Amino acid sequence: MAEKIQKKDRMKIPRSSMPEQDPNERAKNFTEVPFGLSEEQALQEASRCLECPKAPCIAGCPVEVDIPGFITLVMEKDYAGAARKIKETNALPAICGRVCPQEEQCEQVCILSKKFTPVAVGYLERFVADYERENNLVVMPKIASPTGCKVAVVGAGPAGLTVAGDLTLLGHKVTIFEALHKPGGVLVYGIPEFRLPKKIVQSECDYLADMGVEFKNSTVIGKSDTIDELFEMDYDSVFIGTGAGLPNFMGIPGENLIGIYSSNEYLTRSNLMRAFDFPTYDTPIIKGKNVAVLGGGNTAMDSVRTALRLGADNAYIVYRRSEAEMPARAEEIHHAQQEGVQFNMLTNPVKFTGDKDGKVVSMECIRMELGEPDDSGRRRPVPIEGSNFTFDVDLVVVAIGNSSNPLIPQTTPGLETNRWGNIVVTEETMQTSREGVYAGGDIVTGGATVILAAGAGKVAARAMHKYLMDKKDMVAGED
Amino acid sequence: MAKILDNVKIGPLNWKMRVHVPKLVAKAKAGQFVIIRVNEQGERVPMSIAGLDRERGVLTIIYQVVGKTSALMTTVETGGEIIDCVGPLGLPTHLENWGTAIVVGGGIGIAPIYPIAQAWKEAGNKLYTIIGARSEDALFYEDEHKAIADKLIVCTDDGSYGRHGFVTEPLKEILDSGEKIGMIMAVGPVPMMKFLSKLTAPYEVPTWVSLNPLMVDGTGMCGGCRVAIGDTTKFACVDGPDFDGHKVDFDLLIKRLAAYKEQERESFHRFVESPDCRLHQSIKEIAQS
Repeated sequence: MAEKIQKKDRMKIPRSSMPEQDPNERAKNFTEVPFGLSEEQALQEASRCLECPKAPCIAGCPVEVDIPGFITLVMEKDYAGAARKIKETNALPAICGRVCPQEEQCEQVCILSKKFTPVAVGYLERFVADYERENNLVVMPKIASPTGCKVAVVGAGPAGLTVAGDLTLLGHKVTIFEALHKPGGVLVYGIPEFRLPKKIVQSECDYLADMGVEFKNSTVIGKSDTIDELFEMDYDSVFIGTGAGLPNFMGIPGENLIGIYSSNEYLTRSNLMRAFDFPTYDTPIIKGKNVAVLGGGNTAMDSVRTALRLGADNAYIVYRRSEAEMPARAEEIHHAQQEGVQFNMLTNPVKFTGDKDGKVVSMECIRMELGEPDDSGRRRPVPIEGSNFTFDVDLVVVAIGNSSNPLIPQTTPGLETNRWGNIVVTEETMQTSREGVYAGGDIVTGGATVILAAGAGKVAARAMHKYLMDKKDMVAGED
Repeated sequence: MAKILDNVKIGPLNWKMRVHVPKLVAKAKAGQFVIIRVNEQGERVPMSIAGLDRERGVLTIIYQVVGKTSALMTTVETGGEIIDCVGPLGLPTHLENWGTAIVVGGGIGIAPIYPIAQAWKEAGNKLYTIIGARSEDALFYEDEHKAIADKLIVCTDDGSYGRHGFVTEPLKEILDSGEKIGMIMAVGPVPMMKFLSKLTAPYEVPTWVSLNPLMVDGTGMCGGCRVAIGDTTKFACVDGPDFDGHKVDFDLLIKRLAAYKEQERESFHRFVESPDCRLHQSIKEIAQS
């Protein structure tokens, strides 16, 4: 092991920058944008960690990864060991290393960030997870002896995968029911290949399957079986992680014209169905030349960058507030800007016009200005009278969020939902109004992030384990 | 994976596929649909339920060859598999005893109207069934419908069998006869459902239609199947597929169904021209036309 560097010298080492594809080049392909750190970079980055005893980064992580612990292993060049250290609390490190907003979590509270730049925790997480996978060093973790309990997880997205991983480690038998034909949820249908390669999602799901998680794809709970029927099938507890539901539209004239997609549909066609590779794959997608994406979140950035890669001459973000209010990660906005996306801030569509075949040809917008803060604390956008203008579009992607999916609440008596249709849970346990039924992720919170869903899964898994063990003890007591 | 028990040609362009999916069949109800995917590169395609054999766990799908995916479906042999068959999806058709009810099936719609006719008959309705096809050779399920209908009227567009003309003509005669009709359900090509709904509106007989927009996931997530019903937009996959025919914007549906016409043509041609294409000559001719 290398000589330990003194603390004051560690602070002087600059933060590693992530090597990535040239913006002009990458805007034409679906290959992943960042290449990942080299071993030298990873070692240097790891050496910046002050290994502070309080480790605020751990508390900053929704899934409580032992960050200094894994970074120490990187310094010792035990990369696979570092990956296994992460996997003690997070079954999905290669995914989280790529899509977590670390700047708002572990890195935000890093002691170094007070005076310098924080340790690049996300880059290191990605490095060790990729190292372990690419060098075939993945080993099965130690799994507790079987408890005899059966758990059903509904939805194979980040929340459900986390629950499945955690409960399997504790010795429960977990089955995941997934409506689509591949597991991963938003990780496969939503997040594009250039940000999260699908082979990585598949390998993290394979890891869970090797641990003993059973995947039942193409099974729509609420239609093929209800939650109550899962209990009749001898599942002892159920986790609902069905994710974002029905896409929201603007509710303005012309919105059903051809060439106006929800971001869910646009991204699902391109990512899950691989329409970017049409006609090798059978699912078609409309490839616009002038593409407007409505919204300012990560999904909007994913959509607009997909449009560029599908050959758009002009790819616009149209957002009714200003850049400061955009919910997307700074890194995503930056990547989109680098690739040539044009940002139309303080702009709101009011009407779409189509041709005789019903295809969208233009969009009328109105300029906005920021008024008083609203409920979200952000300044409310107010239309400027008479500022309407029209521009040509042949593809519009509406990325303004989702409302909840009704399939499970409709078919589960006694399952309490709020006025938006989201499932109501007790925050400390993620337990729903139904005994033994837990929920987490977007079906509870509305649209949020991968890691918050995983964090909710973690809380739920802990509570479900306690529920299952208490129930078992009770049954044993009765015997 | 779903096992194909048989897959046979039943008309110039029509095929009947029987799929072994016991769990799906145990849950499915008349009016619902399934989504299939033939192979790894395949698209997700909604298919109406044309029959449910609950004892054997067998789902019947009747499909018309119109493009790449339906052509590809014809190549799956007995004992073969399709990669996905998911469902049941959508809401079942409403069941009630309305006294006398009419079901109308046009073209390939003769198939999905059959389980609906069965369910309505079981609900106690006096049932009139009208089915229509382009010509005699495109007609199917006549005996099946005859076995449950109190009266069956068969039409062909070219007069080669049964009544010469469209299904709307005998329907109009029944409505004009003054007999009280409690409910009408129609499934078929969109123009047929459009004109039929237009016909029944002045008689104020509730008329439901089963819509077939393009879909991807079929669970409400993508919104690709949105249809305009009166002043509101609905998702056919979770709110339908059945809607009040007097409120449906059929012209919008016709346009949206043609959204990928060019890509579909390109894909079909490419498939037919591939050297290992094992398609029936008659199907190749459709692609060329």
